Amino acid sequence: MRGNTAILFVLPVWSLLMREILRFLRQRNRIIGALGTPLLFWVVLGAGFGDLQLFFPGALLMVVLFTAIFASISIIEDRNEGFLQGVLVAPVSRLAIVLGKVLGGAILGCMQGVILLLLAPLSGTSYGPVEFIAAVGVIFLIAMALSALGFLFAWRMDSVQGFHAVMNLLLFPMWMLSGAFFPASGASTAIQLLMTVNPLSYGLGALRRVLYGEAMADSLGDPSLLSSLGVTVGFAVLTMAVAVWMAGRPEKN
Amino acid sequence: MIHIASLGYRFGSRVALDGVTFGVAAGELFGLLGPNGSGKSTLLRILTSLRRPSQGEAAIDGCDVASRPAEVRRRLGVAFQSPSLDKKLSVEENMRFQGYLFGMRGRALAERVDELLENFGLQDRRKERAETLSGGLKRRVELAKALLHGPRVLLLDEPSTGLDPAARRDFWEVLGAMRGRDELTVLVATHLMDEAERCDRVALLDQGRLVALGKPGALKDRIGGETVSVETAQPALLAKKIEDRLGLKTRLAGESVRVDSPDAAGTARKLLDAFGAEVQAVRVGRPTLEDVFLTLTGRGLDAGEEEAP
Repeated sequence: MRGNTAILFVLPVWSLLMREILRFLRQRNRIIGALGTPLLFWVVLGAGFGDLQLFFPGALLMVVLFTAIFASISIIEDRNEGFLQGVLVAPVSRLAIVLGKVLGGAILGCMQGVILLLLAPLSGTSYGPVEFIAAVGVIFLIAMALSALGFLFAWRMDSVQGFHAVMNLLLFPMWMLSGAFFPASGASTAIQLLMTVNPLSYGLGALRRVLYGEAMADSLGDPSLLSSLGVTVGFAVLTMAVAVWMAGRPEKN
Repeated sequence: MIHIASLGYRFGSRVALDGVTFGVAAGELFGLLGPNGSGKSTLLRILTSLRRPSQGEAAIDGCDVASRPAEVRRRLGVAFQSPSLDKKLSVEENMRFQGYLFGMRGRALAERVDELLENFGLQDRRKERAETLSGGLKRRVELAKALLHGPRVLLLDEPSTGLDPAARRDFWEVLGAMRGRDELTVLVATHLMDEAERCDRVALLDQGRLVALGKPGALKDRIGGETVSVETAQPALLAKKIEDRLGLKTRLAGESVRVDSPDAAGTARKLLDAFGAEVQAVRVGRPTLEDVFLTLTGRGLDAGEEEAP
């Protein structure tokens, strides 16, 4: 009976996750958009400042941000088109629904991140297999957190337009103030404070420490590896928990 | 099979359902007829345990919807008004992913998908993406999807909305075949009287209250006689003239004026003699379920505000 219960939980998660990935692969413009924008940023900023390496982790973070968020906000579409209603009347727990959707977004974000990671040597960044695996792990954690963040904002929304405000007023500033755009070391005190409370700073810090080693990250004023990983895991757990809680609340009217 | 007792639902100050009681027997095709906003959708949401009733109770196959939602959902197949198909997935993928949601997998799932696609005449469409299908075919897939896990009760919300007449006929034929195969209990919520006419029994719902319940024929016999329906450019004006000059009771229904009469042919002749110049067409017929609804509530089926989701 226990095995049966596990299957009844895992299968729906698998169903929603695979659907997310298939949908993504069938919409070519989404792949191009999610990968193209950060690539453009990276090349333009990197070339402008003459340092492709410096902006690489930031571009990586942006790929993950875009892909994960756009995947999980498709819950708005799912709701409007009726797909979600079909899922909600199936004997599936809300935890499984959130997990399937968020994991789907996280895996997509992670896949795009890995593609960009494979391009990194072009900028002169070199890494060994250990660094690569560590970086993928960090990317996955960030992707989980962002995907869950997208989900909890999108759950109650009835239009994708409403989400653009969240994108512009919250998510994009989070990216800008993560150290992706400029390092904390040279910023004013107020900005430094914002960067300290921004969970994405720690995700970026972890990426830089994993890819570039301690010395470079220290010189840019990034948080330590332990606090970077700790906050990133905490961020992912917290956003997941809130997403599950939101989805579990009874719907009004 | 479906048991509903003094069911009530309110959100805020609005009463969506008010003490509704009825039962649906195993194998029955049961219609829920009412305009938008009459509480049909709310009732379906309660039966699928998406909403908790404010009062009263509802049960599917002996399982209370509020206290045993998981068991209720296993017994229910639901086809909502808005299609639940994923447009980017193929027919087969839509079916397979639906199966996973119900814990089905492997050979058993594959065989069940095959069986349903066969029964619904969808075998040659299985690789096609849902977005490329016609409205009628989408509905068929929707129905196949709802029946995949072998539910005992099927809930249909406005099943033929957006379908052309041929697709509508097709839909009811397929549904009929499925009902013959399995002993399926079907509850159809609709605002279309011809859909309700197909049902074994019909409940008329108006503003959250059950106003009548019975076989379509029996309900129509209740208002008795025949109806003369007169089409005219200014229905309200003509209705008043008929009442003033001929002393007949009239009802307004859209573009037409209706008069119930035991001798409809005679009445029609009288109306033509008196108002021939204003009349565009006269029809004499047995009352429809819409006439029944109109008589009982004073409102037509098209009226009513948009129902909150």
